[in-house]
Amino acid sequence: MQPFAPHTGVAVPLIADDINTDQIAPVQSMRSLKPDYKALLFMRARRREDSSENPDFVLNQSQFREPGILVTGHNFGAGSSREAAVWAMLANNIRVIVAKSFADIYRENCLQNGLLPIVLEPSAAAAFAQRVISVNGAAPFTVDLRTQRISGPGGADISFDMPAADRMRLLEGLDDIGLSLQLADEIASWERRMATEQPWLQTAPDRRL
Amino acid sequence: MMQRADRLRNFRAETIMPQTLFDKIWDSHLVARRADGRDLIYIDRHVLHELHAPHAFEQLQKQDRCVRRPDLTFSMQDHTVATKPGRDDTTNPSGAAFLQAMRDGSRRNGIRLFDIDDPEQGISHVVAPELGMVLPGATHAVPDSHASTVGGVGALAFGCGTSELAHILATQVMALRRPKSMLIRLEGLLAAHVTAKDVALRIIAELGVAGARGHVVEYAGSAVHAMPIESRMTLCNLNIEMGGRSGFVAPDERVFSWIADRPFVPTGAMWDRALAHWRTLKTDDGAEFDREHLLDCSTLEPQITWGTDPSQVIGISARVPDPVALDPSRRVAMESALGYMGLQPGMALAGLPVERVFIGSCTNSRLPDLKAAADVVRGRRVAEGVIAMVVPGSTSVKRAAEAAGLDRVFREAGFFWGESGCSMCAGGNGDRGEPGERCVSTTNRNFEHRQGRNVRTHLVSPETAAATAVVGRIADVRQLMAGQT
Repeated sequence: MQPFAPHTGVAVPLIADDINTDQIAPVQSMRSLKPDYKALLFMRARRREDSSENPDFVLNQSQFREPGILVTGHNFGAGSSREAAVWAMLANNIRVIVAKSFADIYRENCLQNGLLPIVLEPSAAAAFAQRVISVNGAAPFTVDLRTQRISGPGGADISFDMPAADRMRLLEGLDDIGLSLQLADEIASWERRMATEQPWLQTAPDRRL
Repeated sequence: MMQRADRLRNFRAETIMPQTLFDKIWDSHLVARRADGRDLIYIDRHVLHELHAPHAFEQLQKQDRCVRRPDLTFSMQDHTVATKPGRDDTTNPSGAAFLQAMRDGSRRNGIRLFDIDDPEQGISHVVAPELGMVLPGATHAVPDSHASTVGGVGALAFGCGTSELAHILATQVMALRRPKSMLIRLEGLLAAHVTAKDVALRIIAELGVAGARGHVVEYAGSAVHAMPIESRMTLCNLNIEMGGRSGFVAPDERVFSWIADRPFVPTGAMWDRALAHWRTLKTDDGAEFDREHLLDCSTLEPQITWGTDPSQVIGISARVPDPVALDPSRRVAMESALGYMGLQPGMALAGLPVERVFIGSCTNSRLPDLKAAADVVRGRRVAEGVIAMVVPGSTSVKRAAEAAGLDRVFREAGFFWGESGCSMCAGGNGDRGEPGERCVSTTNRNFEHRQGRNVRTHLVSPETAAATAVVGRIADVRQLMAGQT
């Protein structure tokens, strides 16, 4: 995974609660193992019924066509666990999402892909959203995970919290599997112990075969 | 030197603090604490499906990593399979690449695959408990948000994304931060034609779509105790719709007799030992939960969603709420939901014409679901202008339903009787509604466009869906069965 370097980009206000992964990365009628993730992002909201562009949708507005940061409400990424809803963000160079809260699985998927999920407490989040709406894409914001600060036009720097463990993993771009496999001996010893204590968990044979 | 995990375990064992069942399962599966502070939780059973596993197989191959425990891993074809009788890979052309990649990846990694033509193929969340792959007190992972369905047999299950799926394949553990715990007590007897689905929808209505975020939920109380295992699975299935990390019911004698003799369940002396252990799987008296919620189920009526998220729920005899009464932040979302659904505040849903009815999905496709629906349909016909589908949750369920003559009841009434799979739940196999249709569905998500562009989905129980299909309008199953419709 790519280490998280300070990220500068236009902040896009998508101010709503409970935006779900069906909205972020809709199921397409013609599925592909390798879809165009850039086009997938909010694909339905981006298009009108006659498949022409929907000018009202924020990502279609000229100042937000090259986004870098998404700003949203509570429970972002609810619903399906599909990781395409993170890959579609990265394909559009959105490497930071600032929300009031994230759905659990979506947040995990962000961390797995080096997408920084920032949670601001509700009043700070609301203030930042207002600031982003006023700036209206005129100048970019910068997010630095090292200093845990968001800086940019229209006000003072904003500090944010990030659990130390998640921060380290993102900053160093640690390989999640590699990190766990440092404990391969412990995993093997757990398996040996469980094979004695609860042997039915360590084996799953089909009795009919 | 003693490992940290062992020290933690010993510390808890030595203290007299009463523990929740979640604590007990978590602690007994805690392998170690990782360098970044996350707990490595061992995954006893890992079940994959073709929508997400191919990408993980590819990732492992690129990294030259192997699957640590193929013997504890199973592959299902469920999300993209066609439901048309006589189906094969070509019936839903857009699924073919997924099915083939699943075959290749499973074979390469030595994982048993339940392929499209397997006599036990089906939705992973239905098949895994049905074959006894998941056991009480075991941990379980699926790259799907409805993983906790198997909480109905007392397993602790986690849904995950594709990277985590690859991680579990390579390590057989999940690296997690310990969730908080929550107790939902469901008391009272359910009235006739009120089901676990109605209970779950009511809970989500009360707690909201993020109400259990960050929590593992234990469902308890007299209403849960009285529920058959399949109903408990319906209850646990919908846990994610309020954001829950996992959800389960503590296993009891009903669970033990339900799982006994299933193909992957231990037998003989091993069964006896396992059973003795499973009987200890209870929350201790006085154990504290981070949160508790109580619902009196005795006064519940059948429930139905009116909006575009699973918390927008009313009783079948109630009226669509008025957003004016709400705070501004909720009002906008509610007005938008009403617009999408073509509804006005104050309307009754009962009586509204529908174009489509779907009975199936990991929520409501087990044999008792189909029996309950068939009991409503028997001797009646699907109303003119309604397309009604029944899609069994597994090929085994389908076979059992056919042996009981349920397929005839449905087909003679004018229902489509399909091959097993996820089907119209997310439409990933091409089963979708037409634009603007009102669809009454036993699935789990009424999100905009999920069942087809501009399809208006109302989530209900199988009985309410069946009643709606024969009436042609959203129906109160109690009135239909009392001869009042």
